[in-house]
Amino acid sequence: MLNIKKLCLNVAVALMLPAGLVAQLADQPAAKPSAHLESHVGNLTGHSEAGRPLYYRYCWGCHGARGDGNGENAPYLTPQPRNFVAATFKCRSTPTGTLPLDQDLYNSLVRGFNFTNMPSWAALTAQSRADLVAFIKTFSARWVTEKPGDPIPIPAEPKLTLESLKHGGELYQKLECWKCHGQEGRGDGPSASTLTDSNDQPIRPFNFTTTNRSKCGKTNQDLYRIFMTGVDGTPMPSFADVIKPEDAWDLVHYLRTLQYNNRSPELALWESTKEGREIVNAKHVQNTYTGSGIQP
Amino acid sequence: MQVKHAVIAGLAMLAASAVAVAGPSGGTVSGKVTYEGTPAKMKPIDMSKEPSCAKMYPSPPLAETVVTGAGSSLENVVVYVSAGAPDEPAPSTAATFTQKGCRYIPHLLAFQVNQELKITNEDQTSHNIHPLPKLNREWNKSQPPGTPPISEKYDKAEFIPVKCNVHPWMHGTFAVLKNSHFSVTRDGGAFSLANLPPGKYTITAWHESYGDQSQDVTISGTEAKTVNFVFKAKPY
Repeated sequence: MLNIKKLCLNVAVALMLPAGLVAQLADQPAAKPSAHLESHVGNLTGHSEAGRPLYYRYCWGCHGARGDGNGENAPYLTPQPRNFVAATFKCRSTPTGTLPLDQDLYNSLVRGFNFTNMPSWAALTAQSRADLVAFIKTFSARWVTEKPGDPIPIPAEPKLTLESLKHGGELYQKLECWKCHGQEGRGDGPSASTLTDSNDQPIRPFNFTTTNRSKCGKTNQDLYRIFMTGVDGTPMPSFADVIKPEDAWDLVHYLRTLQYNNRSPELALWESTKEGREIVNAKHVQNTYTGSGIQP
Repeated sequence: MQVKHAVIAGLAMLAASAVAVAGPSGGTVSGKVTYEGTPAKMKPIDMSKEPSCAKMYPSPPLAETVVTGAGSSLENVVVYVSAGAPDEPAPSTAATFTQKGCRYIPHLLAFQVNQELKITNEDQTSHNIHPLPKLNREWNKSQPPGTPPISEKYDKAEFIPVKCNVHPWMHGTFAVLKNSHFSVTRDGGAFSLANLPPGKYTITAWHESYGDQSQDVTISGTEAKTVNFVFKAKPY
């Protein structure tokens, strides 16, 4: 009798444990976005209450009253305004799939997004920008349930050498950057015309020959960061797990030689070689108004 | 003494149900997924822009949006218990998703919430793995040939389209489910959900272009029930 009782008790205890676990899994209420959030950018502390009136003055026309990117102007824009409810951000210092730092969002406000309708908000005060960062975080519960990722470390830039440029060029082939960005970096690779972003809207790969200002910044560090973090919401993937830091720097150096209208140290070094000079000169097209200078 | 007896009886009942959960003798729901009507004709995939993959096939493979088999059977349908079964913790084994010949193997991969997902690249070309979730986090990673597997997991149940931006014909699906009672139909369209303890369940079948269907089923003891699903095929 006693033995049976013991056995039953043991079974009951054994049953209760997984049952408790399961109940915990099932009863998790859906997280709600927080109404009051702060942002921390350097010495500044932004407050969502202060950001609200700014948002409903400057931002909601495109990003929408609910922050879902469906503002009045949104149908006329490409790429579409960010959806703050989904909280997927392009320019981050954190790994792909994680939330950006407050500083990343703040930098995006300062910089604006080249080739899009998002202007620079450098005209606002720093405090206003910090307040806006705090406010847009109130649209998504992700800011309650998740923490921003750990920033991807950027080691010091190694010295620029010709080997570095050449190795970067090999990596451009090996990692198949050209499949989208094209052999000359003009954004015309074989897959370029098929690309869509996460809203199913067509999107073009970056054309390196037009400018040195990409969407997420223009310094060598910014370029390094872009292919380590990827550009979330677009076809540009993260290479953080598959490329060594020194290789990534070589690739950065090589990308600068594709920007043949931008006088960078990398381009100067590339043009100092016979091979490089020929490649760069071949890219310059003269008399483009009529196309008369284009050699078939 | 009576109270003691009652307690013991209650515990004995609990023990009995524990046996039903743990034992392999639970009920079974099995059946077949078929279609009626004319399914769209799958087009051959043009892989000419990726010669390393194109040469792996004697003739171009067909798209896998709708894969049918003998007897009007429908493949790549995930059949799962959508209601009635408790959420389960993830198993320790990883679900494997392979990129081979510029296609996803399997085309539809079902696994559990928080289960490890291992993605491998067996091709001689770079792929980027870009799942497009709405509830989970969206990430996008490059995987050149010869690099180690990518390990990820999802913490919310969702059907997630997966694509490779470099090779626009590559499409697949992750079915992230809350419990282990699921089955994906392969050749023949058959599925089987075993070890279901007695109870009332909702069985759902999901197909990437034909949507989902549900049926309720009640299991008592160790009985085997048959549930069949018929999807309406669209010719376009």
